[in-house]
Amino acid sequence: MLFTIQVNNRKIRAEKGETILSALNRNGIIIPTLCRMKDFTPTGACRICVVEVEGRENLVTACSQPVEEWMKIRTHSPRVITARKTIVELLLSNHPDDCLYCDKNLNCELQKLAEELNIRERRIRARKIKPRLDQSSHAIVRELSKCILCGRCVRVCEEVITTTSLDFINKGSKIHVGPSMDRDFNFSSCINCGQCVMVCPTGALHEKHNINEVQEYLNNPEFMKIIQYSPLVASGIAEELGIRYNREFERMLNSILRKIGFEKVFAAGAGTDICLYEIAEQLTEKVKEKHDKPLYISACPAWVKYAEQFMPDLIPELSTVKSPQQVTGILIKTVVAAETGIRPEKIFSVSATPCLAMKFEARRDGMMRKGISDVDTVMTVRELARLIRLYGVDVSNVAPEPFDEPLSGYSSSASLTEVSGGFAEAVGRLYLFMKTGKEADRQMFRKLRMSVSFREVTVNSGEEELKIAVADGLTGLEKLKREQAAGKNYDLIEVMTCPGGCVNGAGMPFSSARDEKKTRVKTIYLADDTDAINTPSKSPVLINIYEKMIKENKEISDRKIFHTHFEKRDVLL
Amino acid sequence: MDDLKKFLTEKVLLSESDTLPPETEKMLEVIRREKTDKPVIYISSGTSSIIAGSEKTWSEVKNYPGENSKDTELVRVGCNGPLSYEPFMCIQLPGKNKLFFRNITEEKVEPLLNGIFHSDISEEDLVGQHGNSGFGIWQGIPFIDELPWFALQKRVVLGNCGCYDPESIEEYIARGGYRAFMKAIRHYTYDEVCTIVEKSGLRGRSGGGYPTGLKWKQALNTATASRYLICNAKESDPGAFTDRTILESDPHRLVEGIAIASYAIGATTAYVFFRKDSPVALGKLLGAIASAKDYGLLGHNIHSSGYNLDIIVRAEPGAFVCGEETALISTLEGRRGMPQLKPPYPAISGLFGKPTVINNVETLMNVPLIMQNGPEWFRSMGTDTSPGTKVFSVGGKARLAGVIEVEMGTTLRSLVEDIAGGIREGKELKAVQMGGASGFFITPENLELQIDFDIIREKGLSMGAGGLIVVDEQTCIVELVRYYMEFIRNESCGKCIPCREGTSRMLEILDSVIRKPANEDSGTTLERFKGVMQLETIATVMKDTSLCGLGQSAPNPFLSALNNFREEFEEHIFDRKCRANVCRGLRTFSIDVEKCTGCTACASKCPVNAIYGTRLQPFFIVEEKCTGCGICFDICKFSAIKVK
Amino acid sequence: MDKDIDVILKKFKPGRREELLPLLQEIQETNGHLSEEAIVKAGRFVGLSTTKIYGVATFYDQFRFIPSGKVCLKICNGTSCFMSGSGAVINRIREETGFEAGQTGRDGVFSYEITTCMGGCHHGPVLSVNGEYLTSVKPEQIPDLLKKLKFIIEND
Ligand SMILES: Cc1cc2nc3c(=O)[nH]c(=O)nc-3n(C[C@H](O)[C@H](O)[C@H](O)COP(=O)(O)O)c2cc1C
Ligand code: SF4
Ligand code: SF4
Ligand code: SF4
Ligand code: SF4
Ligand code: SF4
Ligand code: SF4
Ligand code: SF4
Ligand code: SF4
Ligand code: FES
Ligand code: FES
Ligand code: FES
Repeated sequence: MLFTIQVNNRKIRAEKGETILSALNRNGIIIPTLCRMKDFTPTGACRICVVEVEGRENLVTACSQPVEEWMKIRTHSPRVITARKTIVELLLSNHPDDCLYCDKNLNCELQKLAEELNIRERRIRARKIKPRLDQSSHAIVRELSKCILCGRCVRVCEEVITTTSLDFINKGSKIHVGPSMDRDFNFSSCINCGQCVMVCPTGALHEKHNINEVQEYLNNPEFMKIIQYSPLVASGIAEELGIRYNREFERMLNSILRKIGFEKVFAAGAGTDICLYEIAEQLTEKVKEKHDKPLYISACPAWVKYAEQFMPDLIPELSTVKSPQQVTGILIKTVVAAETGIRPEKIFSVSATPCLAMKFEARRDGMMRKGISDVDTVMTVRELARLIRLYGVDVSNVAPEPFDEPLSGYSSSASLTEVSGGFAEAVGRLYLFMKTGKEADRQMFRKLRMSVSFREVTVNSGEEELKIAVADGLTGLEKLKREQAAGKNYDLIEVMTCPGGCVNGAGMPFSSARDEKKTRVKTIYLADDTDAINTPSKSPVLINIYEKMIKENKEISDRKIFHTHFEKRDVLL
Repeated sequence: MDDLKKFLTEKVLLSESDTLPPETEKMLEVIRREKTDKPVIYISSGTSSIIAGSEKTWSEVKNYPGENSKDTELVRVGCNGPLSYEPFMCIQLPGKNKLFFRNITEEKVEPLLNGIFHSDISEEDLVGQHGNSGFGIWQGIPFIDELPWFALQKRVVLGNCGCYDPESIEEYIARGGYRAFMKAIRHYTYDEVCTIVEKSGLRGRSGGGYPTGLKWKQALNTATASRYLICNAKESDPGAFTDRTILESDPHRLVEGIAIASYAIGATTAYVFFRKDSPVALGKLLGAIASAKDYGLLGHNIHSSGYNLDIIVRAEPGAFVCGEETALISTLEGRRGMPQLKPPYPAISGLFGKPTVINNVETLMNVPLIMQNGPEWFRSMGTDTSPGTKVFSVGGKARLAGVIEVEMGTTLRSLVEDIAGGIREGKELKAVQMGGASGFFITPENLELQIDFDIIREKGLSMGAGGLIVVDEQTCIVELVRYYMEFIRNESCGKCIPCREGTSRMLEILDSVIRKPANEDSGTTLERFKGVMQLETIATVMKDTSLCGLGQSAPNPFLSALNNFREEFEEHIFDRKCRANVCRGLRTFSIDVEKCTGCTACASKCPVNAIYGTRLQPFFIVEEKCTGCGICFDICKFSAIKVK
Repeated sequence: MDKDIDVILKKFKPGRREELLPLLQEIQETNGHLSEEAIVKAGRFVGLSTTKIYGVATFYDQFRFIPSGKVCLKICNGTSCFMSGSGAVINRIREETGFEAGQTGRDGVFSYEITTCMGGCHHGPVLSVNGEYLTSVKPEQIPDLLKKLKFIIEND
């Protein structure tokens, strides 16, 4: 039901049941918010969004108050502005003033608010909060002194990621956000997905930086510098650098990276194709043995840690195939090393990803052979963009270049794996292809591309049926468990921690608008429809690796190095 | 025992008529100890009494070897007098009026009892005789109802307090207890009970003054399978003790009030959210609930009415803010006690998402009386818009501190000066602080203020839950404001920015006012002054934007102190002087060269090493370093340290 | 201690969040504090992560996470007691013991807590030691009181 309310002496249309904020936004009035998150129930914690409602003694929060027909609202009266400004000044009064050195500099909502509210003087003085830094995690740094206690991280971790690894601790002036028992992060049940980092409005949560390390090696002539990056990274970099993305940009990125000093630039997608192939084989094996247990895809390191902590019984069912990043890494340290004649310990191998959990993954047990890590350093898209800026490359003025051989290309299936449901679809298609020698009809997998948290599909390969389930985000896991408890059996299950998949990974740009993310997904689907090489087994790179390289290289000829193991993890749950 | 239960149940509780037959009444008189041929000794037993030593008094009386002791009945009762009378003892000899003695500590027991049993009454600790029992009068002894403490009070809610054994449901029933509840469940519908309470004009006693009947109806009219009643016995105010006193002295009436209120909203489960640190009160409450169950007054199908009710007691785990309704609900649900957004209001969606009514202890104490005596009776007391009475716990420097109940409309002056006897030790009254940590200061000129929700609100003040602190000239207002601010800063839940950060900033600024920084030039004075100027903006924004009542009212003590005692703040800021001479941080210490023997005692104890000197020569204090802790002053055996 | 927790848990119904606080309260009362083990077990019992249990428990003053001392002093800092000088008493206790309210001394003998009004306002400041009340306490009394209590504990 629509009705009219008065805002700033003008009439606007509002809808029954919506909040003041939504009515205002629809009518082109912007109210700052800090604790609010789209699609979450409001908590009213920050009070930044207050407006004046005639007849109400106090100001009311626009993000939570439902509109009512009698309302006369003032959104920017002196009283309101003073209130908002004072609230931000209160936050700043003991804030570390660390902008120049801060991870969120120029991306910080607090900084932006201070600017928008025209705060130009420190009126309220207070002792600065003592810095408290928790760098114990491989992926995430917590800087408690920058936390404004908006509670967004707590809610994401509890309601979206469901591990509930963060909560408020204590109350009043002692309140802070932290993991169980207020321990350091590495003892906690955090699975490093980084979604809390994505929602944190300030620099209180950010990724662990590896730029310095990369720079050090870039300057060290003794090492061969190699970088791999996944298909999504190029679009993320384009966005961070403010360039319109098209598929040609990937080839431009190759030359940018070479300008920075990477001697070889590889497509992590090549590793993905191998993963897909290995998993499809495992699946074939399982189906042949009439295994009643499903095969769980283990490409998402956050999901793997989740399973190790919360569902240890399921570990035997996790596919042992390493993730694309690690597979690419191992190829670099074996095949590439052999080809170039450089000892693997003299290779410095960097991976750029849309994912934070991969920083953790690279440090896992089993990701190292004979003291040599599969991947030496992992950088997020944001870090890589920073590195590019640091090296002063004029990105508008580079000539496109191809990837280096031998990991120089990938099938469109590999790009698909970075969207939720895509990994399962790619494995499914490959499985059918390997079985029948024919391209599977894509329409059969249509259901895996829907946007609900749990999806399933049954595809028919002629002789038998293949049942596939997809948990899109860990909330989908609940539904999966329920289905299984009700007696449903699946052959293949994909779980991705970030809702929507790696397109929403915590290594991607902070600023991405929803539409941008949707476009990303569309581009990937479109490529899959148009690319000539859409199945891993058609990729010349893959064929070359399996047909030639594996055979020539003793180290990898048994393909064991593409596999790893998982173990129950003891953390405070 | 079972006979008594049967009798009370059949002849009293289930009696259809309002007046009981004379033979029943006679029995009840015996239970009420109005007809007794034994001497009865009543000893106060509340926490306050225990603190003052009543348990020792009790065992002393038990061991009293006098010849009459075996036939003497000993009763623990709640409290009805000022705190300064604790522990009190009432002695009732057969056929004679009860005598009221104060401060009967253990050593006084023997002489007192020796005297009494030989009709030799010690006047020293005698307060007076109870004049309303229709027994023989003691000649020459004043009637206590004529003393201002009792005469000017209107003890309705507290009517039973100090008169009976709070552990005896029999006595409570003999005093008319539970008949209102029986009436409600047997003769009225839910809606009718709400209407009666609505008509009475009862308003929430926790301070807001929200009409109780209206709140009940909102919950009742929300269609759902279940509803809850919560009795808020949290008593958050740092200086209040009314709820505890009520629970310790008359827990049965509260249980009856809860039962009626639950019935009125159709709730079958009620919770009591209980203040921690009151083991005595908790014991009494649990006892009262158990005996009510035993009498079939709680539980399944209460006396065949078809109504079921369980009362669950939950001890509050320690957080001031849990007194706030939505925070209270969070706590009961096992969450952090952080206030939630309203709407939805608890009466629509509260505990476990169900309609929930939350009422204060005092509010519920009024309910049985209203049911029994009718709404008109209730309206005959107090003012038009605030009928009834109000209970206050008067503390601070009052001569007769304690729990006091007055009719609405009484002036604060009468309450503080006449009933509570003004200030202790002949000092001057500086202010009365009403409403605790979120309350206001009222100066002596404004004591004509009438106690009435609307009058108080019109003045921009708030009544609070009943804490009343009498402030004398020896109290530093700035320090007291700082005390409240520190309390609130610690108790803020930390959820919203204006309250969490605002209280911290205000406390820091107040600290800078009452403490001297190590080095100060005129610039720093100005900074400090600017700080105080900012306080007002911060305070206004906190009131305007905080999520819950705690943050919204947190600046009240400061703002009202600043309004009324601005010059005291200015003295602290500019003259660095505390007129009450309490702010240690502002004192200047120096050593009198004439008196100092150079014993080094002070220098070795000074925590900041501000004292220098050579052994056996006069020492001196470096003023810039001294923090004014005063340790040296206490240490010096030669009175050589001077304070300014 | 291990057993105690399981015994306590038996009295409650599992999987019900509203039982969490009563359950923690009982563990706190029995053991004097909430150990990590208690938090883990309570979490499993109620079906919540330990992060949540810890978050809830730290909100409330009642819960401690280190054992309390053999003697726990409770000092009233209600408004009346404050006006009668409880602040100085608290300061003195802090200075004498060397730690803050809510903490426990290294030797495990003392801990102290600050409460709001205990009901003895006229006799403030009020201090309670193991259920015994002391009234009109002066800061000067503190050193002797602590010495006496320590003596009693050590010779018990
Ligand atoms: C910070 C805060 C603390 C409160 N503490 C108490 C309390 O201790 N006891 C109480 O009865 N009401 C307290 N209240 C008021 C309650 O929220 C609620 O309004 C009251 O219990 C309703 O009872 P009434 O309608 O009978 O007055 C508090 C409110 C706030 C904002
Ligand atoms: S969190 Fe924001 S405001 Fe704070 S230092 Fe970082 S960029 Fe600046
Ligand atoms: S914006 Fe101001 S503070 Fe920041 S670097 Fe520039 S001059 Fe310095
Ligand atoms: S990284 Fe993910 S699991 Fe870890 S705290 Fe953040 S949201 Fe929770
Ligand atoms: S860490 Fe970030 S998201 Fe979490 S509460 Fe603090 S500011 Fe908000
Ligand atoms: S979904 Fe992708 S980005 Fe997110 S944690 Fe898993 S692998 Fe990383
Ligand atoms: S006003 Fe204070 S107590 Fe209330 S919600 Fe905000 S921070 Fe918590
Ligand atoms: S008052 Fe305290 S700080 Fe100052 S000189 Fe004496 S002992 Fe030292
Ligand atoms: S204690 Fe007194 S006499 Fe001794 S040195 Fe200090 S001031 Fe002088
Ligand atoms: S955005 Fe509305 S209260 Fe935070
Ligand atoms: S008379 Fe006993 S506490 Fe009031
Ligand atoms: S304030 Fe301490 S007992 Fe009341």
